[in-house]
Amino acid sequence: MKKVVKLMLLTAIVFGVWSFTKVENKLEDGYKVGDVVSDFKLENIDGKMVSMASFNEAKGFIITFTCNTCPYAVAYEDRVEALNKMYAEKGYPVIAIMPNSVKAKPEDGMKYMQERAKEKGFTFPYLMDKGQRVYPQFGATKTPHIYVVEKTDKGNVVKYVGAIDDNFQNADEVKHKYVEDAVNALLNGKAIDVTETKAIGCSIKV
Amino acid sequence: MKIYLILLIVLFSACKQDVVVDNKNIEIVEVKVEKGESLDLIVYNFNELEPLLNKMDDKIYVVNFWATWCAPCVKELPYFEALNNEYKSKNVEVVLVSLDFPKQYETKLKPFIIKRQLKSKMVALNDVDSNTWIPKVDKEWSGAIPATVIYKNEKRAFYEKSFNLEELKTEVNKFLN
Repeated sequence: MKKVVKLMLLTAIVFGVWSFTKVENKLEDGYKVGDVVSDFKLENIDGKMVSMASFNEAKGFIITFTCNTCPYAVAYEDRVEALNKMYAEKGYPVIAIMPNSVKAKPEDGMKYMQERAKEKGFTFPYLMDKGQRVYPQFGATKTPHIYVVEKTDKGNVVKYVGAIDDNFQNADEVKHKYVEDAVNALLNGKAIDVTETKAIGCSIKV
Repeated sequence: MKIYLILLIVLFSACKQDVVVDNKNIEIVEVKVEKGESLDLIVYNFNELEPLLNKMDDKIYVVNFWATWCAPCVKELPYFEALNNEYKSKNVEVVLVSLDFPKQYETKLKPFIIKRQLKSKMVALNDVDSNTWIPKVDKEWSGAIPATVIYKNEKRAFYEKSFNLEELKTEVNKFLN
């Protein structure tokens, strides 16, 4: 009997903590501009584990939470690839992370990530957030959701959070290239004008 | 100990079943609605939509941002439809704001509205400059959908989450008094 009571108490505590974490993860949490990002170690589509520390030459990273199934993410695929072509050599490679639960979205599974990357000719790592532990740390809520970080003595510091640009529908009609502007400013040692933007995206599937 | 674990499992599956039952009820409601006809879609930019988010007529507005390609949005649509139907007499109006892409209005959105026989007020929002308008809907909104605003005059609440019918009613009830 005592055991049962103990167990019940334990369950209550576990549930209490669980519901609390759920609320915590919701909106306010996650990295803001100026925060130092913890490194991650996630499986790439080629089976190798990738972390930010594996890039010795990098000055920083363009980290994008993206997936195969969200139309907004798909609309930006070519632009993400273009960013990597443009900035990997200059020290800001793209790292893409797929945050969705594969159970909830089977079409976002590793096999499909590999296919998509091959089809589109992705030249950047496309990592699986297995166990969905990384995106909550970042505070990513949707795909696509971009974080530009700069490597400093303190660690990788968030410099920009938000959208790639201001027109998901048509790349030709973009007026503000938020990510490019941010990375260019970092490369030129200048202050970033717009450090945070909002955009519509697909909620990350849990 | 074993018994306790079994009890816990039963409790969980009971919860799950509740949701399923809920779904069935809603499907029945849907079937009752008359057949949809050809439809004219209202397409707004944000400036045109904004008045719908700021009415001062003592009515409770439930404004849901959704899209046909957003699975959790589609899943919760029946609840908003049910709410619109059941709470009409309580001075509650649901407004569904579609964020479907304009090139899919004809091929996806309109057929979807007709097929599902959606009865709530429907508006398509076509405004690419989301960085400008998202904070105007709510400064806490990250941009993920589904997202919902419930308001009555100056009182308002914002939810970046999925709803079931119970939760939706609970939130709307806070505005009724």
